Amino acid sequence: MISINAAVIDLKRLDLLAESDSPIHALDARAKVLVTFVFITSVVSFGRYELARLLPFFIFPAVMIALAGLPPLYIVRKIALISPFVLMVGLLNPVFDRTVLYQIGQLAISGGWISLASLLVRSTLTVGAAFILVGTTGFTAVCQALERLGIPQLFAVQLLFLHRYIFVLADEISSSSRARELRSCGKKGLGVTSFGSLVGHLLLRTWQRAERIHTAMLARGFVGRFHTRRQSRFGASELCFLLGWTILFIALRAFDISGTLGLLLTGIFP
Amino acid sequence: MSHHIVEAKNLQHVYPDGTIAIKDVSFRITHGESVAIIGANGAGKSTLLQHLNGCLIATAGEIWIGDTLLTKSTLPDIRRTVGMVFQYPDDQLFMPTVFEDVAFGPLNQGLSGEEIDRRVTEALERVGAGHLRAKPPYHLSGGEKKRVAIATVLAMSSDILVMDEPTSGLDPFARRQLMYLLQEFQHTKIFTSHDLDMVLDLCGRTIILHEGAIMADGPTDEIFRNEALLTACRLEKPFSMQGCPLCNRSSRHKKT
Repeated sequence: MISINAAVIDLKRLDLLAESDSPIHALDARAKVLVTFVFITSVVSFGRYELARLLPFFIFPAVMIALAGLPPLYIVRKIALISPFVLMVGLLNPVFDRTVLYQIGQLAISGGWISLASLLVRSTLTVGAAFILVGTTGFTAVCQALERLGIPQLFAVQLLFLHRYIFVLADEISSSSRARELRSCGKKGLGVTSFGSLVGHLLLRTWQRAERIHTAMLARGFVGRFHTRRQSRFGASELCFLLGWTILFIALRAFDISGTLGLLLTGIFP
Repeated sequence: MSHHIVEAKNLQHVYPDGTIAIKDVSFRITHGESVAIIGANGAGKSTLLQHLNGCLIATAGEIWIGDTLLTKSTLPDIRRTVGMVFQYPDDQLFMPTVFEDVAFGPLNQGLSGEEIDRRVTEALERVGAGHLRAKPPYHLSGGEKKRVAIATVLAMSSDILVMDEPTSGLDPFARRQLMYLLQEFQHTKIFTSHDLDMVLDLCGRTIILHEGAIMADGPTDEIFRNEALLTACRLEKPFSMQGCPLCNRSSRHKKT
């Protein structure tokens, strides 16, 4: 269960990254939230067999990671953590979708393989963008930005608490399952039957603990409003950031830039 | 008018399952007093403490902080006046870094910019934790966590300091350091503790709770000399008042 603990501490590091200083960190959170939203929408809106036109979108995470000074390997590892789930979703595509789309000599590539690859690329882009958003902004600031953009306060607070609850839950899981492991002497313990009550206890314990944390927050004057230390306003640089990226994403979505480039190249070198 | 007075009038708390946790508790703690609330496990200490800043609402009775009655509308004001340090610092430290954690209270009070910086730095320096400001709370040791938890309350400049088991889980050195620190504070202080030696050192007045009711309220040294009362409330004299452990042991051996 050490692995769960390590994974959680690793995840907490994302919030710590948001503390550093860079031109990207200094931007108002709303600009970053909006740009991320436009980015994700453009990436997701492509057809299921689209692959080549997605690739230019990698410029966004690359530029953001470079400008914000985020550790690229760390982000890649976080994305890799998600990829098994994506694989599970798309694994049956090659089985069911056998329409041949491309023929390279004897090798026929079916639509299923293309859509699986497209799914992987899209998940990498969107999940990566979300991680970059939190790593350059901090979760509290993201929630605050959502609220200032017009999401009802209740939802924003819920989101913030959900994020905190992950850590509470992981803490309790690691200590409970360690206790179970130690008393099952390297065997399976009572097997599945013991898991039922373990999960039940976990729910109750995390509930109580979450309540204690909430009490501590109330005791320090929390009334459901967010405050972040970074004071920022939506100024000229935010506007440039927002417009620049939005125009690029819309252009990449509307025009087949990689295709045009390819044509240009093949035109020059026939 | 003083904000530093805490008064409970006929306080009663019944939990939803029917357990009577506190019955008819009344006391008045005045400016600058340092008071210990002691009692066996389950005597109602923590429940009583949680009433002082409205974390729990009394079934009957009143809490007064200075001239303010604790009600729903006065709650924000009272929570600013009464700073509460919880027993488990892990429940109290929930932000990504120590700095942000200490800044949480002042930010909620509506402060900003340099004032926040000043308050946080002052509070951390006060508890000797200035060097921990950039660290994440879960990487701290028990003693450091406790000190940061106290700083989170100091930063709110509360007038009254309420602490649940301040010395529990600390090593002897960290415990002594914490006691020196608490001794310096000019606040009105209210502690619950099983560490009766700390109570003897820090608190001039002691209130004994037993099964939810006040059994005694008076000067600490008088109460600790009353062995019959302590035994009736499932308590013992502080170790420092129990005489030499070696002599005691040899006399016990002789008896058996």
